[in-house]
Formats: sequence, C-alpha cells, structure tokens
Amino acid sequence: MSAGNMRLTLKVWRQSNTDTQGGFESYNLDGVSPDMSFLEMFDILNEQLIEENKEPVAFDHDCREGICGSCSMFINGRPHGPLKGVTTCQLHMRSFQDGDTITVEPWRAGAFPVIKDLVVDRDGFDRIISAGGFVSVNTGNAQDANSLPIPKENADDAFSAAACIACGACVAACKNASAMLFVSAKISQLALLPQGQAERNIRAEKMVAQMDAEGFGNCTNTHACSAECPKEISFENIARMNREYIGAKSSSKGV
Amino acid sequence: MSWFTQALTSSIGKKVIMSLTGLFLISFLVIHATINAMIFYNDGGETFTHWGHFMGTNPIIRTLEIGLVLGFLIHIADGLWLTKNNNDARPVKYAVTNPSANSSWYSRSMGLLGTLILIFLVIHTSHFWIPNRSNQFATGEELNLYQMMLDIFQNIWVVIIYVLGCFSLFWHLLHGFESAFKSLGLYHLKYNGAIHVAGVAFSIVVPTLFALMPISIYLGWVY
Ligand code: HEM
Ligand code: SF4
Ligand code: FES
Repeated sequence: MSAGNMRLTLKVWRQSNTDTQGGFESYNLDGVSPDMSFLEMFDILNEQLIEENKEPVAFDHDCREGICGSCSMFINGRPHGPLKGVTTCQLHMRSFQDGDTITVEPWRAGAFPVIKDLVVDRDGFDRIISAGGFVSVNTGNAQDANSLPIPKENADDAFSAAACIACGACVAACKNASAMLFVSAKISQLALLPQGQAERNIRAEKMVAQMDAEGFGNCTNTHACSAECPKEISFENIARMNREYIGAKSSSKGV
Repeated sequence: MSWFTQALTSSIGKKVIMSLTGLFLISFLVIHATINAMIFYNDGGETFTHWGHFMGTNPIIRTLEIGLVLGFLIHIADGLWLTKNNNDARPVKYAVTNPSANSSWYSRSMGLLGTLILIFLVIHTSHFWIPNRSNQFATGEELNLYQMMLDIFQNIWVVIIYVLGCFSLFWHLLHGFESAFKSLGLYHLKYNGAIHVAGVAFSIVVPTLFALMPISIYLGWVY
C-alpha cells in the first residue's frame, strides 16, 4: 500500500450502540493513495484515530474481495459507492478526487438496526433463509451429470440468482427499505432447480411471511435495488417471486 | 387469519391489489376518455349527451359504477397504507442520498402523485358526478352535463387545476402501467418491450386527451 497524496474530508456516522443517538464526525485524511481500496482508506483513518487515542470506526468487513457481502457502507448517497457492480471493498480511491468530502453512513432500515458506527445487524436475512431458503431432501453424493437434466436457461438463471452475497445493498438503496431483491434471488435459485421442487410452495410462503415479519418495506418496482446490487442480481427475480407466491397461495395445502 | 386474508395482507398481496385495482382504473379511463372525447364532434353536445345518458342510466353500467367506486376506494386506501408502511420501514433517514443514480423520480413518487390525483378527484367529482347523481336521486332527472362543462371551464383556474391533474395522472401512469404487470409477475424479455411501448403511449394519449377538453372549451374551440 503506497502512500499517496490525496487529501480527503470524511464525514462518518458514529454511534456507540443501538440504543444511543448517533451523529456525524468529520475527519481530515492526508496521504491517501488512489490505489487504495475504500476499506484500506478506512484502515488508515482508524490507525490515525488510534494514534490520537480515539475510538476507531467500527465497520464490517471480511473477505475484502467482493464475495462475503460484509462491507456495508452507504457512500455519498449510494450503497457501495459510485461504481456499478462493485462492493465497498473493491471500490478504489481513484474513483474519488483529491479534496473530496465523502459522507459514509450505515445501511438505513428499521430491520437493520445499527450495532455500532457503520455496523448494522443483518440477522433478519438469516432468519428469512432459516424460514425456507434451503432444501430438506438429502441430495446424496454428486450425481452423474446427465441423470438429472436441467434446462440450460434454468441453470443459468439459478446460477445468476445464487450470486447474491446477502450484502443488503438492495435494502439500503430502496426508498422503501424493501428486501425483495434478496428474498427473490434466494427463492429463485431453488425454485428453478429440480432439487427445489418438493418445498417450492412452502418456501415461497414462509420466506415472504418472514420478510414481512422483519419489517422490511414493500416493492414499488423502482428498480433501484438491481441498479445498485454489487452482483447485478436481475429484477426478473422479483417478478418470479411474485409468481411463486401467488402460485403457492392459490395452490398449496399449507396456510 | 385465513389463508386468503393472509395472502391479501402480505407484502405481495397488497401489491397484487394495487395492480389489479390500478389496471381496473386504467380500463375505466379508456371508457371515460372515449365518451368525453365525443365533445370534439362539436355538435352542441349531442353525441356526448347521448352516450352520457346511456352511461348514467343503463342498469348494467350503474352496477359496474359501484365496482368503480369500490375500486377507487380500495386503490386509494391500499396505496396510502403501503406508502405509510414503506416510509416507516426506514425510521432513520439518510443524510445524503443520490436516488436519481438508480431510479426515476416518478417511480419513487407514486404516493405523492396518487395524492395529487385524489385531490383532483375530489374537485372533479364535486363538479360533475356528485351533483348529477344527487339530482338523479332527488328528481330522477339528469343534469345537462355538456352545458355544465361549458360553464365550469370558463374559469382559467379550473382549467389550470384540470391540466395539473392530467400531469399527475401522466406521471402516475408512466410508472404505474408497467409496474402493474411486474407486480403480477408478468415480466419477461419477450413482452417487456410491448408493455413498455403500450404504457408510454397510454400515459401520453389519455391525459393529453383529457387535458384538451377544458382547454378547448376555454379557448372556444368547442362550444
Ligand atoms: C384514475 C386514477 C388512477 C389510476 C389509473 C391508477 C393506476 C395505478 C397503477 C396502474 C399503479 C401500479 C400498480 C402496481 O405497481 O402494481 C398504481 C400505483 C399506485 N397508486 Fe394509483 N392510480 C390512480 C389513482 C390513484 C389515487 C387517487 C391514489 C391515491 C393515493 C393512488 C395511489 C397509488 C400508489 C401509492 C401507488 C403505488 C403503490 C406502490 O407500488 O407502492 N393512485 N396506480
Ligand atoms: S440482491 Fe444484490 S444487493 Fe441484495 S443482498 Fe443480494 S447481492 Fe446484495
Ligand atoms: S469485505 Fe467481503 S464483500 Fe466486501
């Protein structure tokens, strides 16, 4: 990580825990390299804060290569910053100008309460998955490839839906804090494959019910979610989820 | 809760209700615009009055009218309920947002546009529909709607309110027409293009036709 010569002003949301009021703090940062990732820039900020005997900024991160979905930062009014199809960890400082002021906020949603600073509680997503985002059938050993024919289009669509990393940017971007892009991707990846058929109806019913219980908003079809999704999950999944749910409610024996 | 109420009060169920009532209101607009466009025959309101009489007295149409009122009420109640829920889903707002980077302003303003249409509807029904139906109820006679139009649209402010109402309808439909199909799960490459073209065309043609009515009367093109 080479030292660079960018000077930045960061306005960062600081909040000590869920129950306290938060607010913005401004920090000046010198020597930022355009080759740094956004999270590396935050590492520099935190080193500076530690040296000044101040509390470092808490933020979620893990893989730093765009696959785990942890790095939730709402940067200058957009989840994961200004680039399309990119997570915060893969965003580089060359996307900003020397002298910029950058505002960084946590994901905002009633269903994602702030734990500390930029870290939010995304357990709601896990509870939605636990409600039905799995197959209970024992799939056994890997089958002979041709024994379970899957149309190419279905395989492609299921694979694209499965690319969702559960980051929550769709919720963060949506004016209604709706989780429908996430939930629809998780419903689609199974509904499109033979292994997902047994629980197809009950899955759609339970996952949607859990999504509603978590307090996420409703979809107005603005497409903000898929436009901001780092994995470019298609909006088509939401329409598929609507079909799955309407089909399930009108045909299943369950409640 | 029965499976039915559960389905209808779920997030997706509420959207299905919005979509079906929205499409129903769209079908009403087709008929309403067609019949009112009869004033452009400029025959002193003869054709218009003929069809207006049919719509106001035919028992089948009068029964359907109850459905229309219900359709409006359900669409409005569900729409306002959804807008409130959606607003509550983000109790703490962002300090900085850049929504134009990912969506159109009118797709994000359906609640506002709907409310503007609602305000227009209150004014509009108190100009024509309510006086006419109450007169029919009291005396059995229909009012001369054509003459009422000629009188009411002499006032420039009324004309301006009607034109603004048409603008609200235009933006509401520009998002709503396509959106209604998506809510029902009808979203596929093979027909998305057709729905988009139909939606844009409908959103332009119908509100323009409506707006031309008060304008033409005010300017004396129709008399
Ligand atoms: C002739 C009048 C109207 C027509 C033709 C109409 C049509 C539509 C259509 C087609 C949709 C899209 C439904 C969907 O996305 O599934 C819609 C959505 C909506 N309408 Fe209307 N509408 C009318 C009047 C109103 C009024 C008076 C309100 C009053 C509040 C209203 C409020 C809404 C709201 C809030 C939505 C968005 C719901 C959402 O997606 O979150 N509309 N409308
Ligand atoms: S759909 Fe996209 S934005 Fe939403 S959680 Fe999955 S990867 Fe993140
Ligand atoms: S840290 Fe894993 S996706 Fe960004």
